[in-house]
Amino acid sequence: MIEAALQALAGVEQLFPHGIYRYAVGGVFVGLGVAVIYVATGISAGASTFLESTLSWVSDGSRFQRYTASRDWRVVFTLGIVLGAAVYAVIYQGGIWTTEVQLWRLFFGGVLVGIGTRIGKGCTSGHGVCGVGSASRTSFVGVAVFLLVAIGTAQIVMAAGVTP
Amino acid sequence: MIDERHPAFMPVVFVGGLLFGFGLGFSHMARPEVVLTFLQLTDLGLLFVMFGAAAVTAVTFFTVPRLRSTAPLTGSGYGRRLKQFDRRVVVGGVVFGVGWGVSGICPGSAYASLGIGNYPMLAGVAGMFMGAYLQGVWRSKQLSIGERP
Repeated sequence: MIEAALQALAGVEQLFPHGIYRYAVGGVFVGLGVAVIYVATGISAGASTFLESTLSWVSDGSRFQRYTASRDWRVVFTLGIVLGAAVYAVIYQGGIWTTEVQLWRLFFGGVLVGIGTRIGKGCTSGHGVCGVGSASRTSFVGVAVFLLVAIGTAQIVMAAGVTP
Repeated sequence: MIDERHPAFMPVVFVGGLLFGFGLGFSHMARPEVVLTFLQLTDLGLLFVMFGAAAVTAVTFFTVPRLRSTAPLTGSGYGRRLKQFDRRVVVGGVVFGVGWGVSGICPGSAYASLGIGNYPMLAGVAGMFMGAYLQGVWRSKQLSIGERP
């Protein structure tokens, strides 16, 4: 009985080879960032609208122009994200870190992420953090769909032998 | 509206971004490799990032509107982020999911990735802008056709 419980526990631990501390603490900070803006302004900020709102400076398409009122603070929010991560890097990383993931994966994946988030009305922060936090059923569905599809895709890419 | 913004508006948005980006750095979500190990189901820690963040926002979104009726810096009411559900949420989710699964990047984590010095991520950010542009141009055209009598 005890042995079975210990085995189950070891199985769970294998699913978290780096523990959960850094993930949970990081997540709380992400949530705090959204919460601070919400409390002060009533806005629930997601990361992906920045793409469209910034494009309103270079394209007069109606899809972009509807974000002209928010485009300036979205730039500030994004600069904050970049610098916040830089603060982490200075304190804990001690230098720059670069990915080994191939450029074509970053670019091609980025294109699909850019298209998908705009069709689907949100991304991992808009649906995943703000929407789920709002108990929005639309966001629950959005998160379930992109999570399952992403897991399936990553499995296929891995099985095809693409590394890293 | 823009001229009448509270002087603390931008600083607060910036601080919110700092916390958000620090969290993405600390949680290692700014590293595509770590996101990919989650999607390959060898390290499920990312669940705690999403749920940890959503737990904080859920408490905030639930509590704050019961304490105050309007936000101090904008005077606007506290709404919930409820988007209308339609087929597009599913279609967009599928496209987003394929992109996320191929690359291990999503918008927030890509911006944060630049912050930790990961300059190859510029390719990912360029891709996201291109994708959003293609979708926006196509959608703008579709809307203007729809508006014709």
